[in-house]
Amino acid sequence: MKLTLHQVDRSFGAVQVLHGISLELRPGEVHALIGENGAGKSTTMKIMSGYLSPSAGEVRLDDAPVAFASSQAAEAQGVVLIHQEFNLAEQLTVEQNIFLGHELKHGMFLDKRAMAERAKSLLNRLNCSVPPGARVRDISNPDKQMVEIAKALSRNARVLIMDEPTAVLTEREAEVLFQQVDRLRAEGVAILFTSHKLDEVKRISDRVTIMRDGHVVAQAATAEMTEDDMATAMVGRDVSSLYPARTAPVADDTVLSVRDLTVPGHAQGITFDLKRGEILGVAGLIGSGRTETMEGLVGLRRATGMVNGRAPYPAPRAALDAGIAYLTEDRKERGLLLTKGMRENLTLQSLADFTGLLIDETAEDQALTQAISDFDIRAPHRAVAVGNLSGGNQQKLLLAKTMLAQPEIVIIDEPTRGIDIGTKQQIYEFIHALTAQGKSVIVISSEMQEVIGLADRVLVMRSGGVAGELTGTDITEDKIVRLAMGLDGIKGAA
Amino acid sequence: MTLDLKVLGPILALIVLIAVGASLNENFLSAGNITNVLSRSAFIGIIAVGMTFVITAGGLDLSVGSMAAFIAGLMILVMNGLLDTLGPGLPLVLAGMVTALVVGTLAGAVNGFLITTMRIEAFIVTLGTMGIYRSLVTWLADGGTLSLDFGMRTVIRPLYYGGILGIAWPIIVFALVAVIGEVVMRRAAFGRHAAAVGSNDQVARYSSVNVNRVRLLTYVFLGILVGIATIMYVPRLGSASSSTGVLWELEAIAAVIIGGTMLKGGFGRVWSTVIGVLILSLIDNILNLTDGVSPYLNGAIQGVIIILAVILQRERKAEG
Repeated sequence: MKLTLHQVDRSFGAVQVLHGISLELRPGEVHALIGENGAGKSTTMKIMSGYLSPSAGEVRLDDAPVAFASSQAAEAQGVVLIHQEFNLAEQLTVEQNIFLGHELKHGMFLDKRAMAERAKSLLNRLNCSVPPGARVRDISNPDKQMVEIAKALSRNARVLIMDEPTAVLTEREAEVLFQQVDRLRAEGVAILFTSHKLDEVKRISDRVTIMRDGHVVAQAATAEMTEDDMATAMVGRDVSSLYPARTAPVADDTVLSVRDLTVPGHAQGITFDLKRGEILGVAGLIGSGRTETMEGLVGLRRATGMVNGRAPYPAPRAALDAGIAYLTEDRKERGLLLTKGMRENLTLQSLADFTGLLIDETAEDQALTQAISDFDIRAPHRAVAVGNLSGGNQQKLLLAKTMLAQPEIVIIDEPTRGIDIGTKQQIYEFIHALTAQGKSVIVISSEMQEVIGLADRVLVMRSGGVAGELTGTDITEDKIVRLAMGLDGIKGAA
Repeated sequence: MTLDLKVLGPILALIVLIAVGASLNENFLSAGNITNVLSRSAFIGIIAVGMTFVITAGGLDLSVGSMAAFIAGLMILVMNGLLDTLGPGLPLVLAGMVTALVVGTLAGAVNGFLITTMRIEAFIVTLGTMGIYRSLVTWLADGGTLSLDFGMRTVIRPLYYGGILGIAWPIIVFALVAVIGEVVMRRAAFGRHAAAVGSNDQVARYSSVNVNRVRLLTYVFLGILVGIATIMYVPRLGSASSSTGVLWELEAIAAVIIGGTMLKGGFGRVWSTVIGVLILSLIDNILNLTDGVSPYLNGAIQGVIIILAVILQRERKAEG
């Protein structure tokens, strides 16, 4: 089944967000849709899958114009959108989720046996080993992704649209997903996906459509474009130098020394040093204990061992007082108050600096003005609820909030997750600017390129231990992967 | 921008009520009636200010009515016990006040400790302490009533009936508590932290806010405010029994909700809680002054108002 957009416009009120979008999803073809945040990818996908209707132009199914009344109507015709945030009921089982709203019945009653068999065969088809009876809250992110796909297939999806399916996956998990995508492609399903990771686009897609500011700026067979071509088309300028050149030298003095840090259940015996002005990368698979180690270090989790010759910090406030700040990977749930404005969010961590007896709102406003200009935060207006900012601007605000507390050591967990390439480049520049000011940075990242491009030294974690350390020209994708997967390195780390 | 219906709604409702009251009964706007309404509002009002902080920080306290009864009972027992030693004078009144404040602080701290350190749901903890305090006061009164000795009734009377410049003490104290509460909520770090904790306690924790301390303090402040309210309640009736303070917790919560504070936490306004309190007591007052509707329907009308308030203030779903 072929799904086509023909000259589609879409406006929200007076603002036109899509201009004459044409693209074609063909059976047995994987189509990548890429563009910066705000380029119009989500709106395009929503129009394809019945969540929105076009203001002008046509949606065609096998060359016949259709007007989906709702996402359910689109699903009934075999067009399914899988959202970036999973739409699964966490408390229900895998099988119950797959058939939610479309339960198989035997007379009045649920036909549990038929559903169990059907679920099993769907999961088998996806080569997914998760048991149909497992509760969704207990299964891993990639498995959840598979359950979403199984759910779509159970509705006989012939057109599968996936919004950033790999955003929460590690590279290895993404590879598993891609194998399933290959399989679906071979079965003749038409697939569209979005991603900020251009290497994935190269790896999996047959055709690529690049959007910028609501227009299609390029459309080609993937083989005809290099990653640099794609990035340039997305941003509208040359971004081949994504990672800034290292200018500030690393000093000799150690600002952080961690000895035998243990976070029960997550990490054991972590030992490392950090020099002034250094960028230390922390790589490893999701679940290797990277985040938990750093959370233990700053007092967000119970930990034992020595940090700078003392017991680990008892609370985040103590770590901050010692000049160590941790910037969470989960900006929506742990980083920012989405219903509050930028000002309240910006000063939350350093409110004491703005408070005598009462909060000095004028000073807060000045700090916000400063942060907006320093970090290039683009907001429709100053009072906007932070939840309505784009991911990139949220991340910039989170960075501004962390830096307002004036830490000497900043631990940044997944600095650019789900962020477009132009903003990524800015964030890398901010990180470099920090080191130029003599601050030290620890970057945790699942993006291999990011770790390689940024870090002076890389710590690779595996199963809650440090599997190895890489410096200089030894920092290569191959060596990181071998350490992360346990092919090289300290055997005792497992 | 800021003057949307959510903010204006409670004020408009209050104005409508005042207009209705004035048109139905000429005594409605008399100084006597106004003083009466405000003085009676003061107990619930002072408690509701504390409740606003608890709810804003994502908590709930069902125990405040029972707590008030328990504090009143202990205050009466202590004053009766010290009457012979201290004599009927200021020291005795001070002893009673200190008792109320200390017991209120401790009771709030117990709730807060169980909720934060022991990590038990606020609903369950305060449902439990509600039963405990209610039962303790019944036991102290041996199933009957604890009464102040007649010898000191006149000494303590002014705490409710007295005042300055013709304004009764309960009104003055209510106004002070409300103004301080409003300033703390809007302009002090504590208010900001309470809203942050109620909005998303994980974000607060990751922002180096001591979440447990903020939560605990909201319950302690509420306990102290219950103590203050009780100090003025005891001289009014001079007694405490198992029926003292019944349903105060629900009235206080209702006032907070009518004012527009979100029950799920994250956002609170003290001044509009005060409006909520006034709306509830004006309905009561108007029904008592007029013949049209039976005062027995008071609860039903208040119930409708609470539900309406929440419907009108419902958040439009955030976009994206």
